[in-house]
Amino acid sequence: MARKFDAGYYFSEGFHSIFTHGFMSFAAVCMIMACLLIMGSFTLVAVNLDHMLSDLEAENEFIAYVDESYSEADAWAIGDTLRAIPNVSKVTFVTRQQALDDFREGRASNPLLDNLQPEVLRDRFRIHVDDISQLSVTADATGAVEGIEDVNVAKEIAQGFILVRNIATGVALVLIAILMVVSLFIIANTIKLATFYRREEIAIMKMCGATDGFIQWPFVVEGMILGLVGSLLAFFAQWGIYQAVAKLIIQGNGLSLVTMVSYGSMAQTILLVFCITGAVIGVGGSLLAIRKFLQV
Amino acid sequence: MIRFIDVYKEYDNGTKALKGINLRVDDGEFVFLVGPSGSGKSTVIKLITAEIALTEGQLMVNGFNLNNISPRQVPVMRRTLGIIFQDFRLIDKKTVAENLSFAMRAIGASSREVRKRIPYVLKLVGLEAKADRYPGQLSGGEQQRVAIARALVNNPSMIIADEPTGNLDPQRSLEIMMLLERINELGTTVLVVTHEKALVNRFAKRVIAIENGRIISDETGGYYNGQKI
Repeated sequence: MARKFDAGYYFSEGFHSIFTHGFMSFAAVCMIMACLLIMGSFTLVAVNLDHMLSDLEAENEFIAYVDESYSEADAWAIGDTLRAIPNVSKVTFVTRQQALDDFREGRASNPLLDNLQPEVLRDRFRIHVDDISQLSVTADATGAVEGIEDVNVAKEIAQGFILVRNIATGVALVLIAILMVVSLFIIANTIKLATFYRREEIAIMKMCGATDGFIQWPFVVEGMILGLVGSLLAFFAQWGIYQAVAKLIIQGNGLSLVTMVSYGSMAQTILLVFCITGAVIGVGGSLLAIRKFLQV
Repeated sequence: MIRFIDVYKEYDNGTKALKGINLRVDDGEFVFLVGPSGSGKSTVIKLITAEIALTEGQLMVNGFNLNNISPRQVPVMRRTLGIIFQDFRLIDKKTVAENLSFAMRAIGASSREVRKRIPYVLKLVGLEAKADRYPGQLSGGEQQRVAIARALVNNPSMIIADEPTGNLDPQRSLEIMMLLERINELGTTVLVVTHEKALVNRFAKRVIAIENGRIISDETGGYYNGQKI
């Protein structure tokens, strides 16, 4: 009898043993689902935190004042030079008159401002940056441009943003790493428990002359199927939970201070990551669990 | 063919299970390996099936030198053996036919080969009518017959039976032993490990007695401890 790779047999055996050992399969799927849900939830919190911080970053800007001796037309021309500076995402020219109008806005009832002339103010540029951590460098480069007299930048606020984002990302990464290790441990033990009941089958196969590969393949198939089923269930459960949480946040968020990324925009990525993680955990857990029983 | 030449086996805990065994079992023989508990019988079986490695000496099984057999060759060697255990070791969740097909698929047999071989082997052990029963629905004697059928299904050149009648009453034990004798008559070498004197002496075959890790007698004629019971 020639040895061959009998994919049909491996799939059939792996598939059937899921039902033959129904309770342990159910336990393994639940564990995979729970672990993916926990990891997914933390990841989504981190993604949303990053999204909100990005929004705040996008609103971050500094002011570059133009030399008073420059005419409005000359000042306007500096804009192209400023746009060429690395990390500058948007440059808005604000004339003296516009600056005065902005200043007066909300102060209309103040008679002291009535006689204020635009000439007391300077033409200026509002400059937005891509990466807030490079704000100082960008501000220095802007200040060095000919025609820019002064730069007004709130470095402390920028540093605050960076600190919050770094802490949030760090905490999320550490939590995800810990959960991943804990999940692997729990799942490997769950599958090991499931496999323990089948050590007799493995021993019989070994005594009949089955190779380790032949014995392992049905377990690989089984682990992969359990992993994928757990992943799909986790994906839909995550979707439901996310939508419910988003609804609650929006209802209690009258000032629109909190914005959330839509699940739909992340669904494909989440599904892909869940399926790959679930399959890897399922297959890895199976192989880890049966390794001991192959030493016959 | 099995050949032990000055084989010693010492376990990691320091137990010296075999102390210089010399033994030869030729093709087509029927041999009883007898001895009390702890005499080294199980160690002999484990060495033959390559479950454990010997400490010193030379061991050949069906043309394979187990002193330097590679891990890839172990399954190939085991396919030349059919092993029967005292506790049957059947898979409860598989039917009789499935237990047999499981053993055949384990060595790469096709569905066609399985369908062709299983009825023949079940008929040989007298269980052709019980192919679809589960082990739990069979008597102890019938379960051991299924185990014998499973050992035979891959057409091994040698059957190794480790206390095959240990869980059976005298009548069922006799039937099992007669079945093994018949299998031997069909050309398969049979090595039976047992400590049941009555059975050994009744069949008048070659008897190798082992005690305290050494062979103390090797006689043809069905005597255990030198007395016929």
